[in-house]
Amino acid sequence: MTEDGRDVRDLVLVGHGMVGQRFLEAWSAQPAARGWRVTVLAEEPRPAYDRVHLGALFTGSTPEDLGLCPPGFLAEHGIDLRLGDPVTAIDRAAHLVRTRSGAEVRYDVLVLATGSVPFVPPVPGTDAPGCHVYRTVEDVDAIRAGAAVARTGVVVGGGLLGLEAAGALRAGGLATHVVEFAPRLMAVQVDDGGGAALRRRIEELGVTVHTGVGAGGVLTGPDGRVRGLALSDGRELPADLVVFSAGVRARDGLARDCGLPVGPRGGIVVDAHCRTEDPAVLAVGECAQAVDGRVYGLVAPGYQMAETAARTIADRAGAGFTGADTSTELKLLGVDVASFGDPHGSAEGALDVLYSDSRSGVYRKLVIGADGALLGGVLVGDTEGYGALRPLAAAGGPLTVAPEQLVLPAGFAAAGPVALPDTAVLCSCHNVTQGAVRAAVREQGADSVAAVKKCTRAGTGCGSCLKQLGTVVTEELAAAGVATVQGLCEHFAHSRAELYEIVRVTGVSGFSALLAGYGTGGEGCEICKPTVASILASLGNGHILDGEQGALQDSNDHFLANLQRNGSYSVVPRVPGGEITPEGLIAIGEVARDHGLYTKITGGQRIDLFGATVDQLPLIWRRLVDAGFESGHAYGKSLRTVKSCVGETWCRFGVQDSTTLAIELELRYRGLRSPHKLKAAVSGCARECAEARSKDFGIIATSAGWNLYVGGNGGMTPRHADLLAADLDRDTLIRTVDRYLMFYIRTADRLERTSVWLERLEGGLDHLRAVVLDDSLGIAAELDELMDRHIGSYRDEWAETLADPDRMRRFASFVNAPGTPDPAVTFVPERGQIRPARPGEAGRPLNAPVLIAGARPEVLTP
Amino acid sequence: MTVQIHDGDRWQSVCALADLQPGRGVAVLLPGAAGQVALFRGRGGELYAVDNLDPFSGAPVLARGLLGSRGDRPTLISPMYKQVYDLTDGRCLDEPTAPDGSAAVLRRWPVRVVPGGTAA
Repeated sequence: MTEDGRDVRDLVLVGHGMVGQRFLEAWSAQPAARGWRVTVLAEEPRPAYDRVHLGALFTGSTPEDLGLCPPGFLAEHGIDLRLGDPVTAIDRAAHLVRTRSGAEVRYDVLVLATGSVPFVPPVPGTDAPGCHVYRTVEDVDAIRAGAAVARTGVVVGGGLLGLEAAGALRAGGLATHVVEFAPRLMAVQVDDGGGAALRRRIEELGVTVHTGVGAGGVLTGPDGRVRGLALSDGRELPADLVVFSAGVRARDGLARDCGLPVGPRGGIVVDAHCRTEDPAVLAVGECAQAVDGRVYGLVAPGYQMAETAARTIADRAGAGFTGADTSTELKLLGVDVASFGDPHGSAEGALDVLYSDSRSGVYRKLVIGADGALLGGVLVGDTEGYGALRPLAAAGGPLTVAPEQLVLPAGFAAAGPVALPDTAVLCSCHNVTQGAVRAAVREQGADSVAAVKKCTRAGTGCGSCLKQLGTVVTEELAAAGVATVQGLCEHFAHSRAELYEIVRVTGVSGFSALLAGYGTGGEGCEICKPTVASILASLGNGHILDGEQGALQDSNDHFLANLQRNGSYSVVPRVPGGEITPEGLIAIGEVARDHGLYTKITGGQRIDLFGATVDQLPLIWRRLVDAGFESGHAYGKSLRTVKSCVGETWCRFGVQDSTTLAIELELRYRGLRSPHKLKAAVSGCARECAEARSKDFGIIATSAGWNLYVGGNGGMTPRHADLLAADLDRDTLIRTVDRYLMFYIRTADRLERTSVWLERLEGGLDHLRAVVLDDSLGIAAELDELMDRHIGSYRDEWAETLADPDRMRRFASFVNAPGTPDPAVTFVPERGQIRPARPGEAGRPLNAPVLIAGARPEVLTP
Repeated sequence: MTVQIHDGDRWQSVCALADLQPGRGVAVLLPGAAGQVALFRGRGGELYAVDNLDPFSGAPVLARGLLGSRGDRPTLISPMYKQVYDLTDGRCLDEPTAPDGSAAVLRRWPVRVVPGGTAA
């Protein structure tokens, strides 16, 4: 209860950015939160999003992709989020805030998370049309609109955000300049050597860099629009577009106006518990000056402050927030840059260990203290080892490995694993120590990186610690004696990818030989048998039912049909791209009618025929094959369909012929056996009617070609596909999909969809792009050859089965009474078709001979 | 060579040994109320006959399952929900009881090979 007798207390949060959302999550997890009502007053028109990855909007992501507020989160916790209604004043005496719309909201506790504003240097002309800042989704929209008609862009600021903005302008096809006042790029994070390496790499990409010079003023033309930028050294850069990205300033105006103290360079003054001078008001993130006198412009310290504030309000004040690690690892314009600990070696007696190769643009420096401890470092062009080095520097212990070994780039280093103390912070976004990760594995039963992510949140922020996380999880599982054998099952200690390589390299062509040569003996099982069958099929080793392979297949592959719950099967003929002639429809309809099958349109734009017995399968397929149909592989871990919209041929909005491409792709990849099923789609315009971004590979037409998205998924854990490459021509597109699929087939685990595979793939999307587009592993020719072999050896499984008496023998209901319908598989009528009888329901077997006489489903009525 | 199953009353000839593909099964319809049997031939030539009805799905599908092994035990894996049965005693190794509360144990049928054709 409050002092004035109210049951519920009011918490008001000002600002719904990344730190604001993080505060809401931390607060909702506090047991004390139940007695509070939470109101969030936000200026932006959308809920919190990932501002750090704003640049992704230039490469195909949507603002929704960047969203941080999970669906249902606000409702679940009863949070009242008011968008587009910023607070304009705080009345501390009355415990009230006023908003732009005139609303007054009472608070018992007020949390300010107003963030920061981009700093625009005080020079003339910065408000001219053509000048931009880079902070919000709306800013990006404005820059994109401007970039569409501009030819030259200048970014003022060569720091982290400035280089991101420059990357965005480059991606938009603009001649791009970066103007930085400091003598080097990323002056805060890297030293002169690192800055020089970074500059070389960025200039190679066609960005012109000007350092040691500031903006003197924006030059405008007669129309008032930007025509260039005057520099402080008197030069003039012609430009149609200027982006100011020269740092940020804390947004502390509300606090100043109500008399709360702010720091000398801005930032609301808070103590270690994030409290301002007024105990009812707290401040977190970039708007606050932390107790160490710094205003942190990175998200990780903001998150730590959000956690601290939540604990403070819940009266559970712990150690508080006294300062943070400002390490960063990122990719700027395709160049890897990392900086951690004390990168400048400012400590007494600190020494540098340096590796620099100007030719390849790699610069690596470690700062070693007088006592031999790692203090910090700068890595440019090759950030290998960052995941282990950063926590090591933060922990401050002595090195167990010679620093000379650590400083060498990947490939040179022969150093053993770096031993980290348990106090080392692995995930600085969520402040999770190695000890906490180990405890999650040991005590909470988390047995995978995914499980550890779930219970500690480690790795769910920027993701840069994922690799290190994987190492620690594996180590801990091994230490606990949990067999982390990457092995498939008790019969093979190899992973699926390893078995694939064994089969590919040795040419072993049968399960027995593989089990004898590489397995642990026994008969095999439901895991290894179908997996090996799939690998053999992926590598083009003949018909899946031939010889020994026939005995390995799961029931579905064994009968080339889909087992349904009552023991009957369903049949799906291929309908490439979902395009079908009236004759085709009639043929399918006649088959279904004559065999009394239940029919339903599938999500993959084809027709599923249900209720067939094993005896009926060859009869049904005889007619389908005669009518020109072939297996749709609905039963296989293989390509299902390539869904499409009608595209520009018919659609008023289409810009490319999506149907023709979908048909071509479906025919190209039909029958391709893979670790799991593959679904695809092609949309003829950005309206995306084919839902391509929910597919393993999805293609969306642009006016210039095709955008290729990969790793999408519907199902239990939906995932939007990521843009792999944009504006591809047809041939490049097909070659890229070829390699993507073959690389997936080669490296994925058993039953691992592309979405999970891509999440797990070391190096992620960038690595995949390098492999399939730049041939970084030198395997592209092999992948192409494997795909050619698949396409060349494709035969319709059903046509071949019908032609082979040996394969046909399996389609008998009973070995001692073939043709006798299974008396235990019964059906009842429903809505003019059949459905399986439920337990206790009197149904009738599907009697093929009777139905073939032209019977309608009605005859089944008991 | 003919395969025979004892239906509780007498030996029934069900098929030729050559009808059985090593590693896979076939369904057998026994006369009268005996019902359906799933008959398998292992890769080493051994024969197994158990109920065809899957206790977990209630569907007559076990003959379409895969043979396997767990440790030394030969196993049968249901094609429906993938429960694993020990072929030496018919017991389900994954779950002790079926959804209807009964013990998840498959009846094992005596099986033998006799010389001669199936007409016997």
